Amino acid sequence: MIRVALIGAGKMGISHLAILGAHKDVQVVGVADTSKIVTDVLGKYSPFECFADYEKMLDKTKPEAVFVAAPTKYHGTIVKELLQKGIHVFVEKPFCLNVNEGAELVQLAKLKGLVTQVGYHNKFIGTFEEVKKIVDSGAIGVIEHFTGEAYGPVVVKKKQDTWRSKPEEGGGCLLDYASHVIDLLNYLVSPINKVHGAMLKSIYSGNVEDAVYAFLETDNNISGVLSVNWSDETYRKMSTTVTIIGSKGKIICDATELKIYFKEADCPAPYTKGWNIKHINDFAEEVDFYLRGEEYSAQVDYFIKATKGKVPNNKNTFESAWLTDSVIDKIKKYENN
Amino acid sequence: MERILFGDNQFFGVNHVSDEKSRAQAIKFKEDKTILKTLDIAIDEGISTFMCTTHDRIGNVCNLIRQDPENYANFSIYPCMPYAHKYANAVTELGIVGTLKEYVPGNFFGSLFKGGLAFVSKDYMSMMELLIDAEMKMFKGINTPVIFIQNVLTDLLMGLGMKDVLKAYHEYIIKKYNAEPGYITMNMPKLLEMLESTGIQNPIICSSINVDGFRMSGGKELYEQTLKTKQVRAIAMQVLSGGATPVKDAIQYVCSLPNIESILFGASSRGNIHETVSLIHQFDKQKQLN
Repeated sequence: MIRVALIGAGKMGISHLAILGAHKDVQVVGVADTSKIVTDVLGKYSPFECFADYEKMLDKTKPEAVFVAAPTKYHGTIVKELLQKGIHVFVEKPFCLNVNEGAELVQLAKLKGLVTQVGYHNKFIGTFEEVKKIVDSGAIGVIEHFTGEAYGPVVVKKKQDTWRSKPEEGGGCLLDYASHVIDLLNYLVSPINKVHGAMLKSIYSGNVEDAVYAFLETDNNISGVLSVNWSDETYRKMSTTVTIIGSKGKIICDATELKIYFKEADCPAPYTKGWNIKHINDFAEEVDFYLRGEEYSAQVDYFIKATKGKVPNNKNTFESAWLTDSVIDKIKKYENN
Repeated sequence: MERILFGDNQFFGVNHVSDEKSRAQAIKFKEDKTILKTLDIAIDEGISTFMCTTHDRIGNVCNLIRQDPENYANFSIYPCMPYAHKYANAVTELGIVGTLKEYVPGNFFGSLFKGGLAFVSKDYMSMMELLIDAEMKMFKGINTPVIFIQNVLTDLLMGLGMKDVLKAYHEYIIKKYNAEPGYITMNMPKLLEMLESTGIQNPIICSSINVDGFRMSGGKELYEQTLKTKQVRAIAMQVLSGGATPVKDAIQYVCSLPNIESILFGASSRGNIHETVSLIHQFDKQKQLN
């Protein structure tokens, strides 16, 4: 059993909490949230002890690991405090609003030797994992170009303001939606290090962008296009697609379907020359408790296992999430210049 | 419950193994009348229960059904609530409190929240009842003998250990709608255990049950063991595991299991509907003979 606490019980926090609550190796020792109604409901109906003040919770419950799902602008302060107390940290994406702050946390986590993970759950989806294997094996040859896309129906009309509509607090399509795509591209292709052009467009939101379009380049000169829009009502939920073009083939992949074209017959089994189509049920690994998708349970389980030393602490590290923050920062700077 | 229930995923572009197929389906079923035509084919094939999400467009389908009482006299709908993406997308944008303000009918939530009053349990339960009533409005005048909570919500409540909320839902559905409460879940054995612990006996539980073990959390063996040894009125869904296994093998497996009262499936074409229905009848007959 590991003693785990949660800071921030919003959409992602509640989702993590349910998965933690059902996890056989986890004892949830406390939940902190500033919303009275949230702690009130949890206090009344769930077995978890609730707190309005996370510092009080940490003092009282002494967790070994903490999930941080507070608004992004608080990540830096909270995570730093947790690391200094010697607590393992799982933090929601995006990592930090400020790259310098993020860099400091990367160093601090290393120094303390603590297990850290960031909630970029796409890396736990079977289809994307398969893409990673194929790309790393060199089966599609030298990568020339990629496209990363995500569309969904989050803001489809003008609405009231929340922290998600305030750029200084971590709102907007770039931090919320595009961060997932950038992180996935960094992982599957190669870390992006140049932004050659970017447009952040508002469609319905007054203060933040609802769409992000950018021209990107990786550190090994692979070109790419990013196209993300969270005001697209033709989608039922967020849908992320990556296309990777290599000298020996091409990959088109989303969370449910993987399509690969191999130019030649010398491709890895069971694939054959020409188009190959695989689906998530070919890759999805069974989880003990399912909520919303295998990946959400799998990432939590991976983190818990890492704190026990059963798996290496190498997936969605602070470092990889910081690289994603850096690309976000470059896109913002390009737009502002 | 009928042996075969007709599902609605195909109508709303829900396909668990292909986003591309989802889009093709969404295009095919753009008109409400096309949905009704497919339902009529299912009725022709002897299916008289439609299990569907409380999606806005189901409201339109219900209108069409109400306009033709003769044809749909023996037709039942099993509503499954809520249409979770509506709320999930709203929570991403508005947060939890903002979403409640948006969707709890009337000024109920606003007036409570503004006063900063301490909430009592009764208030939360009333809020839940109002949300259920809002979702049920579209089915007025239509036979709804079983009412389900969607898996996202069932499993969320289960993970949060909110047994009393599940129990309150159970009691409200019986009291207000004179219907049987049902649960959709991706974690059937765990849910059954939790429901039993609140005193709910032999519940109706709909979950993925398929030869591939797809989305059977905890493992296929645990599911088979639960079906063999426990009291549960099981509905098998995703029996074709999203199309990975040949239809015949998939149906044969599900028909061979004990305690499966109903099989839920959805299809768009007459051919596929006919094939699935015939196979279920064929394997059921074989089982009886054995």
